[in-house]
Amino acid sequence: MKWKLTELINIREETPSIKSFTFKLPHDMRFFPGQHMDIRLRAEDGYEARRSYSIASDPSRVDQVELTIDLLPDGEVSGFLHEEARVGDLFEMRGPIGGYFIWKSHFKRPLFLVGGGSGLVPLMSILRTWEKGADKVPVHLLFSTKTQEDYLFYEELKAMESKEQRLTVTTTYTREAPIGWKGNIGRVNGSLLKQSLATISGKPLCYVCGSTALVEFVANELLEQGIEGAFIRTERYG
Amino acid sequence: MDEPHVTRGFKGKRRNTKGKALPPGQHEAHDFPVLSAGPTPKIPLTKWEFVVDGLVSNPYKLSWEGFQALPAERFTVDIHCVTTWSKFDTPWRGVSVQTLIDKAGIQAEAKFVMAHCYGGYTTNLPLADLLDGKAFIGYEYGGFPLTPEHGGPARLVVPHLYFWKSAKWVNRLEFMAEDKAGFWESIGYHHYGDPWKEQRYEDD
Repeated sequence: MKWKLTELINIREETPSIKSFTFKLPHDMRFFPGQHMDIRLRAEDGYEARRSYSIASDPSRVDQVELTIDLLPDGEVSGFLHEEARVGDLFEMRGPIGGYFIWKSHFKRPLFLVGGGSGLVPLMSILRTWEKGADKVPVHLLFSTKTQEDYLFYEELKAMESKEQRLTVTTTYTREAPIGWKGNIGRVNGSLLKQSLATISGKPLCYVCGSTALVEFVANELLEQGIEGAFIRTERYG
Repeated sequence: MDEPHVTRGFKGKRRNTKGKALPPGQHEAHDFPVLSAGPTPKIPLTKWEFVVDGLVSNPYKLSWEGFQALPAERFTVDIHCVTTWSKFDTPWRGVSVQTLIDKAGIQAEAKFVMAHCYGGYTTNLPLADLLDGKAFIGYEYGGFPLTPEHGGPARLVVPHLYFWKSAKWVNRLEFMAEDKAGFWESIGYHHYGDPWKEQRYEDD
């Protein structure tokens, strides 16, 4: 797979630790939501570092791609992108990559998306793609965030949920809920998964993305609650 | 793109890898990340079975006790994940694939192996890459039973290839005359996966 030079054309702060980076592609690119891109940084003496990042945008723009990236403690590539990169810089990228944790709009099963923190990124690509499609399948997003400040894509999700009859968003706050919050607090647990599944008619196709601990727990629990392994797709961050 | 592009302002963290070489594009991980496409299968040891079949003279099936009775060895190996992390000196205990092969007696036509796993995962390997202690079925890591998220009760470990070849939850080695694509190999990943040649994706 060839590396291509892309231009960083926009940086947007999403939360205190997460930014979205939009890259202009040299050629049109088609991808499926859930796929990722590889990015390579190179120093003058040839030292290089590369990482994979999930695509956040939907495939309707074939000439650009957006990656939403969490700043990791001591992160070599995320640190550079967050702190050094400027609009107009050029980056080597290749992709799209990944053939399993992907959603195609002709999949007819209802969707159950479960994410934690920046694990929402590939799920957001699915949601943005879904929103632009016809014959929308029902979607339930269960999202776990530490605090309101860390709630990724909050405004966009709220707007999407109020516009789309077939989208339900369930949130749980694991560290600090907003004042007056009467909903879920604490980590995703079995009863929260059960309640969410109960809102979905028919057997859903599940996409689970987040920390290893979250994904392990959720995937096992979904199996316990009768979802077959073939319909549970996972992506673990760290 | 002809010339590699120098990223403006990038110097890199250049972490000390204690003189160990990293394959191109890899960085050292000190934790042990988990990557799997689906849920982690739960396999009680009383139900666990391991099959060796295909082009072998003596196909067999072993229970957990039967597998534990095979001669075990310690392996300390470097591992390289296609998602760019590498981990040095990982301490394993398990059974060399050569031991399993000696017990089965492989037929001359056998040139490839498909590793099958609980949960349905598969990965294909040339037979030559499993011989002479180059690969093993690991069931202990760091002196403890291998945990399920890392492939326990037992996983194939083929340290000289990208780590997706080291199939988690392995339960069968099938010896074949022709190569066939496994799970990741059929959706865009390289058939062989040599980290030193950077064979990540199918056209690398």
